Amino acid sequence: MRKQIGLKIFAGLVFAFLFVPLLIIVVTSFGTNSTIQFPIQGFTLDWYGKVFENQSFVNSFLLSLQIAFWGTVLALLVGVPAAYSLARHSIFGRNWIKSFFLSPTIVPGLVVGYSLYQFIVIQLQFPLIQGLLLGHFLICLPYVIRVVGSTIEQLDGSIEEVSWTLGCTKLQAFMKVVLPNITSGIFASFMLAFINSFNNIPVSQFLSGPGVTMLPTSLMNYIEYNYDPSVSALSVILMLGTVVLMFVIEKTLGLASIS
Amino acid sequence: MSYVELKDIRVSYDHKNDILKDLNLSIEKGELVSLLGPSGCGKTTTLRVIAGLINPNDGEFLVDSQNLTKVPVHKRKFGMVFQSYALFPHLTIRENVAFGLKLRKEKKNVIDQKVKDILAITGLEELGDRYPKQLSGGQRQRVALARALVIEPKLLLLDEPLSNLDAKLRVAMRIEIKRIQSQLGITSVFVTHDQEECFSISDKVAVMNKGIIEQFDTPEEIYKNPKTEFVARFIGFENFFQLTRVEEGKYKAGDGTIFLSTRQWETDKRTGTIRPDDIDIVTGTEPNENNTVSGTVKVRTFLGKSYQYEIETPIGALLVNESDDVIYQVGDSVTLSIPAHKLIIV
Ligand SMILES: Nc1ncnc2c1ncn2[C@@H]1O[C@H](COP(=O)(O)OP(=O)(O)OP(=O)(O)O)[C@@H](O)[C@H]1O
Ligand SMILES: [Mg+2]
Repeated sequence: MRKQIGLKIFAGLVFAFLFVPLLIIVVTSFGTNSTIQFPIQGFTLDWYGKVFENQSFVNSFLLSLQIAFWGTVLALLVGVPAAYSLARHSIFGRNWIKSFFLSPTIVPGLVVGYSLYQFIVIQLQFPLIQGLLLGHFLICLPYVIRVVGSTIEQLDGSIEEVSWTLGCTKLQAFMKVVLPNITSGIFASFMLAFINSFNNIPVSQFLSGPGVTMLPTSLMNYIEYNYDPSVSALSVILMLGTVVLMFVIEKTLGLASIS
Repeated sequence: MSYVELKDIRVSYDHKNDILKDLNLSIEKGELVSLLGPSGCGKTTTLRVIAGLINPNDGEFLVDSQNLTKVPVHKRKFGMVFQSYALFPHLTIRENVAFGLKLRKEKKNVIDQKVKDILAITGLEELGDRYPKQLSGGQRQRVALARALVIEPKLLLLDEPLSNLDAKLRVAMRIEIKRIQSQLGITSVFVTHDQEECFSISDKVAVMNKGIIEQFDTPEEIYKNPKTEFVARFIGFENFFQLTRVEEGKYKAGDGTIFLSTRQWETDKRTGTIRPDDIDIVTGTEPNENNTVSGTVKVRTFLGKSYQYEIETPIGALLVNESDDVIYQVGDSVTLSIPAHKLIIV
């Protein structure tokens, strides 16, 4: 019993350590001072309005959304079939292929960003946008393969075999039997990949340039010269967005199954 | 030639060990044939070869004189019922059953009629709009059966379809399967490792052991005249003793006792075997008569409707089941009669 109380206190402290800074940011976003201060002097919602007035925030926000969206869609198009083959076929060296697909989660994002920059922008002379898209596709792919893969592995393989005996080709079986039963995994991996792409800094940082700035980059640029609470306000908006997405994932698949 | 022919089928998963070794099986039209055998003997593998889910390394598979060995699974269109039922979780019962017909692009009213008919035959009319999750084990089993039957397959394949049901339901369902199968006259292959289930449902039984068929016969013939020691052991013969052959139907045991067998003596085999139920404990017989041995009771076990005795004899320890009319004690000396018409030579 005493042990449990000790554990609870410890867990509470850890939680507070993680949570209090976030709380402070939320509070500062409502402050009336022109610099971030805690505690705040008065209450205002002006900074939220400022966020939307700032053209570079809005533009980079829209760009980030688009890149994250299309990167995730690409990752799904490639990742779902790949996850399926990995789960169902005992290809030679399957575990190596698996680790290869998961490697961007192990390799530091800085390295991924730098090598993409070297290869795509410098060597291949691709436009930045395409480099960004490819980079974010690579960020998203491991999440898709991992989450969708685990959903497929949980699916009873004999329902595919049954559909073959009833006359389905392999492709028909995939479309009619596998896909409808892994929608929750696809949805969850979409959300997860999207969030990770949206929040990614290193890859976006390397692959940005004139007119092509992702939200985290433009946020950092802004902080360098300004220290007003609109940064806090923007952070709160992003946090809210993430919380909503996480809530949707939790409702559809459960967070436990993807972590 | 039979309706279904498996010819010298060989299957190896790892190119080292053969899981099926030159397996041959012939099935007549309309028959229900069971594959019976212990776990790992290759029953499922045989069924999957028939279904087309596995390509045999060697051998041929024919149905109705057509060579189907190289025909892929989706073109064979045999009905298959899996142990796990494998219902489509995202479809209603009606959609599950209609799945195969829709793939054949049959007209909607034809599909509806066929689905309705098969749901009636399998007693599922009321459940058409439910999802698999909302059904009991027995109901799911019937949906799996209906889904396989509605496509009017040339062949119905069932892999331990009853093993997930409780004992009572198993009996009810196997009667049901047999009824539907004979009503529709569908040639069927039924995999099981339950002897009673297999005997009650089958026209013929193939007893398998380590990738070969040891005996292929009617249930009665297998029960009465097992051809090999493996088959005998598998269907409840528990007493085995070595004999030497004197002449046709006449054998001599190690201690010199003469055993006559009127059952099966044409082979060159040398092991006598008999079920515990078929040995009698007798009084008033001299132990040196033919087909009798004397012995001492070593262990007595209560089986409910009878007692089982383990009796030490000169030809080895024998298990004997006796009713409770006379109860023997451990240490009693008894004389055992092994009737000539019950003694099998394998
Ligand atoms: N995909 C596979 N890869 C390798 N070996 C396999 C595979 N499937 C089955 N085997 C092996 O083949 C042998 C026969 O398996 P099979 O599934 O046919 O047995 P079974 O008679 O159906 O047994 P059970 O009653 O347990 O279902 C077993 O030794 C099994 O280990
Ligand atoms: Mg099996």
